[in-house]
Amino acid sequence: MSKLGRRQVLLYGSTGLAASLLLKGCTTSGDDPNAAAGDSDGGETIKVGILHSRSGTMAISENTVVDAELLAIKEINAAGGVLGKQIEAIEEDGESDWPTFAEKAAKLIDQDQVATIFGCWTSASRKAVLPVFESKDHMLWYPVQYEGQECSRNVFYTGAAPNQQIEPAVDWLLENKGKDFFLVGSDYVFPRTANTIIKEQLKAKGGNTVGEDYLPLGNVEVTPIITKIKQALPDGGVIFNSLNGDSNTAFFKQMQGAGLTPDKYPVMSVSVAEEEVRQIGPQYLEGHYAAWNYFQTVESPANDKFVAAFKAEYGDERVTNDPMEAAYIMVYLWKQAVEAAGTTELEAVRKAAIGQEFDAPEGKVTMNANHHISKTVRIGEVRSDGLFDIVSSTDGPVDPLPWNQYVPETKGLGCDWTDPEKGEKYKV
Amino acid sequence: MSALLEGLFSGISIGSVLLIASLGLAIVFGLMGVINLAHGELMMLGAYTTYVIQNIFKPLGEPWFDFYIIVALPAAFIVAAIAGLILEKGVIRFLYGRPLETLLATWGVSLILRQCVRSVNWLLVISVGVFCLLFFGGRVLVSRRLDWEKIKNAVTAILLPVSTAIAALAGILMGSVPALSKAWFSARNVDVTSPKWLSGGVKVLEFQMPYARLFIIGLTAICLLAVYLFLNQSNWGLRIRAVTQNREMSACLGIPTAKVDALTFALGSGLAGVAGCAVSLLGSVGPNTGQNYIVDTFMVVVVGGVGNLLGSVIAAFGIGTLNYLIGSGVFAFIFSESDAFKPLVDILLFFATSSMAKVMVFALIISFLQIKPAGLFPPKGRTAEL
Repeated sequence: MSKLGRRQVLLYGSTGLAASLLLKGCTTSGDDPNAAAGDSDGGETIKVGILHSRSGTMAISENTVVDAELLAIKEINAAGGVLGKQIEAIEEDGESDWPTFAEKAAKLIDQDQVATIFGCWTSASRKAVLPVFESKDHMLWYPVQYEGQECSRNVFYTGAAPNQQIEPAVDWLLENKGKDFFLVGSDYVFPRTANTIIKEQLKAKGGNTVGEDYLPLGNVEVTPIITKIKQALPDGGVIFNSLNGDSNTAFFKQMQGAGLTPDKYPVMSVSVAEEEVRQIGPQYLEGHYAAWNYFQTVESPANDKFVAAFKAEYGDERVTNDPMEAAYIMVYLWKQAVEAAGTTELEAVRKAAIGQEFDAPEGKVTMNANHHISKTVRIGEVRSDGLFDIVSSTDGPVDPLPWNQYVPETKGLGCDWTDPEKGEKYKV
Repeated sequence: MSALLEGLFSGISIGSVLLIASLGLAIVFGLMGVINLAHGELMMLGAYTTYVIQNIFKPLGEPWFDFYIIVALPAAFIVAAIAGLILEKGVIRFLYGRPLETLLATWGVSLILRQCVRSVNWLLVISVGVFCLLFFGGRVLVSRRLDWEKIKNAVTAILLPVSTAIAALAGILMGSVPALSKAWFSARNVDVTSPKWLSGGVKVLEFQMPYARLFIIGLTAICLLAVYLFLNQSNWGLRIRAVTQNREMSACLGIPTAKVDALTFALGSGLAGVAGCAVSLLGSVGPNTGQNYIVDTFMVVVVGGVGNLLGSVIAAFGIGTLNYLIGSGVFAFIFSESDAFKPLVDILLFFATSSMAKVMVFALIISFLQIKPAGLFPPKGRTAEL
């Protein structure tokens, strides 16, 4: 094997360095975001970014959300587009890697000069891209239920805040299933924050937290947890489950093996939807509960249309679920905001977005001044075909509260982006 | 009494899952010294085989469906063993005695296998099949010529691009048929349903022993016994032990060491497949299934001492029981009887969650390895220096 001489190394090295500097210069040249959005106004199409994990552990979930977003874009284009222009979706893969998300977000904003970005699933990826959107003053639409305690000017959240999913679920359990709660979750930010909220809520409403446990992500040995549940709740009680991923399958299979049945130990899950039920196997979940804003079994003309359109596009065996529905409606909400503003200029769209209403599959949704949407809350019971029977539903949409009112640090805080005095955090 | 029985049963059942998962590795890593990072993926292949067999049995209806697991176990063994054989013949045999390269190569293989189950479809299978047929078939045909040794390289140089091109062309041509390019499993987890007689459990005193756990304990015992008998009573077992003790001397005495290596590796891989079938009763089946077990299996083999099956057995049950006792808070409960142990109880309570129990078990293992760096039963004599 011949070795490179010192001169050659220097030559190649300096060429590479020069090339990379040149590339960097190119990508950062369009730094002014408003100018960027203005550019996409002038073209034949309006470009939007889609930023989800197409590979890696999160790909399973995020692919379904991308499907829903692309369906909405296709429908809008078929109906004539936005401001008379077609929407062009530019996809980037976040690779289930949080720094990559930030990198790709910057690329979509600077290089592709998109009008907005639809993206992210995990809270970790959202937290990673947040500084990018805030420093470039751009716009992200985020479709997944999350732990709250955040209210960015640059993000529109179309998933549930804790008071639109977790808190009503706890209330319903207290009313119908019992006062003693065992909390099980995966060991990362969402379950831990969710359980902090639940514990405060139970304290305030006269319930008891008899125990809690966290499994590392991907861990499938749940025997110690089952022992603890049996010790803490010898006569049965409520299990609140915020496990994610593979652990859920192990948890439900081994619960059944250990004889913890839903009549004595009902499990309320907040990360198990139609898609997950299919993967775990409905026979292990039948009779357990989940809290969401949307189930495939919601009865409304808007939902019939959505499910039919989705199945026609992607195949009859596919199911729809809550994050997919939230992803679908956020594209429509953005479209309405752009049309109301008459431009894709970011500040105008941001203003116009607030107050937008949409007749969504889950029922009417409204964008609030705190960049979250009002949503109907539902509790579903898993039936043998893997879909949910809706056992409880709020009368109308519940207004979102991003700052949690049970946690002492954020009690009494609100968020209002229509009033420059109030902004991200203010005392109500 | 009931609590004691439950503790004992849970410890044994966690231990037996660990043991069946690491039994194959104990052979591959323990006896052959190959650091096989694709061990978890061989388990995953076993789990997917179970899924396929289950789907074949589904249309047969009730009485037959209940026994799919009996067919799935040998099928998982065979599939994983064949995969292991290909892995040994294709990669590992070039890397004996080079642990770092083996580590990287098997890690690469594990990535390939994971991606394979995500994207495998008829198109891929047919293309690979066409390629293998043309390339290896062509080589076999030409190798009948007398001047084979001379033209070997030239033939390979011609066959490789030609068969690649034809396989790629076939792939592109068939790509228009959507039924062929549909992924078999996709990246989703698939659901494996336990047969009726394995769901539920038997009530003993106050608590319920899950049938699936009892089944795994039984299966582990059978596998262990079979491996023990094979290694100690059969001719091939004798050869395997001879080769692992002294390769050169065995070769001198006429033992076909290459064959023995391949057989040993296939055996270890097959056991991984059986383990995959077993854990599909308890957990999820997906491309990442193997990753959930790989760290634990290496831990068991290292603590047990390389080259010793008994060590792995004791290590598996030890780690399993310890994990259970710490994680479920039983330790803390025992000491809470007396006030004298108050600080100890506080510490134990702090570690009595699933994620913290793992931390404590790891810390204990590290301190154990400080005292006995080669594990419970370190290899003795001259083999230790090899």
